[in-house]
Amino acid sequence: MISISSVSKSFGAGERRTVALDNVSLEVARGEMFGVVGQSGAGKSTLIRTVNLLERPDSGTITVDGVNLTALRAQELRIARQGIGMIFQHFNLLSSRTVQGNVELALEVIGRDPRERKRRAAEILDLVGLTAKAGSYPAQLSGGQKQRVGIARALAANPSVLLSDEATSALDPETTRSILELLRTINTELGLTVLLITHEMDVVKTVCDSAALLEGGRILEHGKLVELISTPGSRLARDLFPLGAVTVRPGTTVIDITFSGGNADRPVIAQLARDHSLDISILGAAIETIAGNQAGRTRLELPGTAQAHSAIISDLRAQGLLVEVVGGEAA
Amino acid sequence: MIDVNSPTFWPELIQVVLVGLGQTLYMVGFALLFTIIIGLPLGILLVGTERGGLFERLFGSTRVGRVIHTVLEFVVNLGRSVPFIILMIAVIPFTRFVVGTFIGSTAAIVPLALVAIPFFARMVEIGIKEVDPGLTEAAHSLGATRWQIVTKILVPEALPSMFLGLATTITSIINFSAMVGTVAGGGLGDVAFRYGYQRFSTIHIVVVVIVIFVIVMILQAVLTYFAKRFARNSFDEKGGRASRRLAADTLTGGI
Ligand SMILES: Nc1ncnc2c1ncn2[C@@H]1O[C@H](COP(=O)(O)OP(=O)(O)O)[C@@H](O)[C@H]1O
Ligand SMILES: [Mg+2]
Repeated sequence: MISISSVSKSFGAGERRTVALDNVSLEVARGEMFGVVGQSGAGKSTLIRTVNLLERPDSGTITVDGVNLTALRAQELRIARQGIGMIFQHFNLLSSRTVQGNVELALEVIGRDPRERKRRAAEILDLVGLTAKAGSYPAQLSGGQKQRVGIARALAANPSVLLSDEATSALDPETTRSILELLRTINTELGLTVLLITHEMDVVKTVCDSAALLEGGRILEHGKLVELISTPGSRLARDLFPLGAVTVRPGTTVIDITFSGGNADRPVIAQLARDHSLDISILGAAIETIAGNQAGRTRLELPGTAQAHSAIISDLRAQGLLVEVVGGEAA
Repeated sequence: MIDVNSPTFWPELIQVVLVGLGQTLYMVGFALLFTIIIGLPLGILLVGTERGGLFERLFGSTRVGRVIHTVLEFVVNLGRSVPFIILMIAVIPFTRFVVGTFIGSTAAIVPLALVAIPFFARMVEIGIKEVDPGLTEAAHSLGATRWQIVTKILVPEALPSMFLGLATTITSIINFSAMVGTVAGGGLGDVAFRYGYQRFSTIHIVVVVIVIFVIVMILQAVLTYFAKRFARNSFDEKGGRASRRLAADTLTGGI
């Protein structure tokens, strides 16, 4: 649905030249919720702004819904943008217009007549749960309500893609959750493809099917969350399910087991303890539901050295679990 | 010398002041009309043709935008810096060309509009620059045209500050209209000059001052009311409102 291909973008020239995007390629499948994470300054905003060409890449191509945007002329690009909604961290609502007026702006732009505008605005405000606030001005709304208006405006013209630039970063955790739920609903019920960027791992964990990690303008990892989790040494997986620092007591071995998909709900640990008559301590665990699947990691402490447990470890791996020995003698 | 105790003094004074008031309102009204009609697009173009502005690439060429911006900057700065009395004399050939004469209230409209246009254009520029660039960005993301961005985003959002700018502009037009009066433009300034200065009637001066003061107060109140009415986000987080008022005050104080 969205295809970012070898996109580079730099700002400034000479000494002050900063490379914001360095040969970035990314595919977002139709109907997917894709999260791009990275620290501040990683190039996330630049990346998402190149998707609707608010920022024109220096090189590379952007294809949305089969249309190569980078090849379009100004007029054609405007039309293409009408099929790509966007929401912003600071909402960017017109203070001079009511909630309804803000939503209708999107419909005026595409030339709908007043009656149709009114009908569609009411419909979409109902979807985001703001019918009662239709006549209010943005200054009278809370942050969460403002973002709902932003979402309504972005969706009014029936786009097939929604871009979200840190849409929840200015909101408190409670409100963040409700906005994320709304985005997920829109994604599943309207079949919208959502590309969101965030610096919060929690956002990705809560709503995304796939994610990419951006650092210094490069994509370090990307893929479906369920797959990333079972990828050895994945930084995204470690950031998504942090287990903290490893402390190993003498004479013990510490292993991390990553569960995902089907093996998550099997009583793996209990079985392990039984089969091998071991005293197993659970040092930490992070279990979440990702895209409807249980997934997570558990850190276990086994008595004895790693060699002594090689049989156990290969037994676990044979069951399809990802096992990493993270600490212990001769580990 | 005028006899204050003559029974015809007050009726005559009222008559003279009313005529003067009518001429002043006529001059100021039309000057204001032209100021808005020309100054508003000029101000928009002034911001738009800046680097990274909406009209940076006018007619598909960056060069055109750049040239227009430079010319506008020059014209506006020139118009703002030339003392009014000199401007008034300097544009006499132009006034004669447009109106047919350079004497009278109608002719006075020309220099008044010419002095107010650059002033108001700057006010419009200030107002539009204060519109959050995020709004323009959002409009672009919706696929809006440049014309739609100007008419649906920039102008409505800058309206409160443009009304404050207009209040300041009117005050300065009224101010200058009094000066025009002395050069045969008529109006309240002319009344003050002919009766107050040439015929030593202090009462005429006092009445003219009061009338002008009242007009300015009323206009300020009305326009400030509109400015407030259109400012839906009074005291937004970024302090935009406060800085806007400060800018307006600074400019008022400069007249
Ligand atoms: N318009 C711009 N002009 C100059 N530098 C910019 C501009 N936009 C972004 N940058 C630079 O590009 C880099 C990436 O910025 P950005 O995409 O905003 O990162 P993020 O959204 O991940 O915080 C930063 O170093 C930033 O300073
Ligand atoms: Mg950013």
